[in-house]
Amino acid sequence: MLVRTAWKRVAAALLAAQGPRPEAPTRSLRLRVAERAPQSAVPSDAAAAPAVESVLRPLYMDVQATTPLDPRVLDAMLPYLVNYYGNPHSRTHAYGWESEAAMERARQQVASLIGADPREIIFTSGATESNNIAIKELEAAIQPDTSLVSVMTVNNEIGVKQPIAEIGRICSSKKVYFHTDAAQAVGKIPLDVNDMKIDLMSISGHKIYGPKGVGAIYIRRRPRVRVEALQSGGGQERGMRSGTVPTPLVVGLGAACEVAQQEMEYDHRRISKLAEQLTQKIMKNLPDVVMNGDPEHHYPGCINLSFAYVEGESLLMALKDVALSSGSACTSASLEPSYVLRAIGTDEDLAHSSIRFGIGRFTTEEEVDYTAEKCIHHVKRLREMSPLWEMVQDGIDLKSIKWTQH
Amino acid sequence: MLTPFLFFPLNLFRTYAIRRIRDAFRENKNVKDPVEIQTLVNNAKRDLGMIRRQVHIGQLYSTDKLIIENQEKPKT
Repeated sequence: MLVRTAWKRVAAALLAAQGPRPEAPTRSLRLRVAERAPQSAVPSDAAAAPAVESVLRPLYMDVQATTPLDPRVLDAMLPYLVNYYGNPHSRTHAYGWESEAAMERARQQVASLIGADPREIIFTSGATESNNIAIKELEAAIQPDTSLVSVMTVNNEIGVKQPIAEIGRICSSKKVYFHTDAAQAVGKIPLDVNDMKIDLMSISGHKIYGPKGVGAIYIRRRPRVRVEALQSGGGQERGMRSGTVPTPLVVGLGAACEVAQQEMEYDHRRISKLAEQLTQKIMKNLPDVVMNGDPEHHYPGCINLSFAYVEGESLLMALKDVALSSGSACTSASLEPSYVLRAIGTDEDLAHSSIRFGIGRFTTEEEVDYTAEKCIHHVKRLREMSPLWEMVQDGIDLKSIKWTQH
Repeated sequence: MLTPFLFFPLNLFRTYAIRRIRDAFRENKNVKDPVEIQTLVNNAKRDLGMIRRQVHIGQLYSTDKLIIENQEKPKT
């Protein structure tokens, strides 16, 4: 009954809205898909152009680089971008008070996700700034030799989960500060700063379906962890990070954390299932595929596969209708293979042929199937063209070949 | 509650919303306590309002379709 009345109202509203709608400027990069191959080489036949070109966007499978903004998060942010535009540090009027209330509410949401006290959360411009604040603290520490251990909770390239609770226990027994960059882990795996004895933690907004340009650092109060401020100024955020706190962004971060807390279990189940589907399909249909990273301590949403005898860059180019990456976005400009893969001891040739598949909250089964199919198709095609593959098929061991210099 | 979602222009959110709501209803179908039921219904009403607003915004700023949206039709 509720549904029917709601539906009638919505349908009427939408039909009305569908009338004269101004064209939003599209700045997207268009992927041209020619429906039919051009039948003649003569370009002047423009009027009789056979291809009905449709313009389509690629699928997004790169959630480790960044995530789309969850509609619930955008809904929480918009009032603070439109109407409630006060500076949260203004103490003398309602605009400031409502903005401050929103900021403190967001702080509480972030804190409850990681089991911390709200007074221990400082808002920053992202996980990178948080990491810098934490590392700078090294200079302020009094310990003789090791003063800070810094570990990534979930690796962004291969998805391996580090044994944080173990490390935390060891660090606290040796009185060493423990910092972790939890950008890829917050909201995806359960984290509790007290159980895991974490002293400092970096949080990034845009990795958990929140806005870009905001993050937070968790700084333990009991026992107190002293940090040195990176930027000085008006003394906001307890003097640890001066600068006006961007209310819309932190409200977005808070909402993203709250949504993540609610959806964590559901998302984890779904993502595990889809990850299983993707790897099973690819590995069943293609030989010589290696999954990088420990299969047991692994976050399912980040799958890094190496396809032997295929070059990673050419596979990425071939899979142009799926947005993927090989290695991390931070290092994607350079042509060197990923330092992470090198560190875990992968062979050079396998390190060059690795692709990272990211599965997130909004990834669908169709997208996973499509990606797997395209991947299988292109790997087979590229292998057909590869002389190394031919040699392997003939039974030659590649490691025994002595390549001559030209 | 499902019907407004069919209008989400972005495929991502449309499929997510349909799936999530269906699963949430299934999980909660055995709830008997009236207070809890009322809380769930209130949450649902609030989410419904949010989704209608977001669908509107999505349509205002709509962009091209995804690759697979085009392919689904000829196959079915």
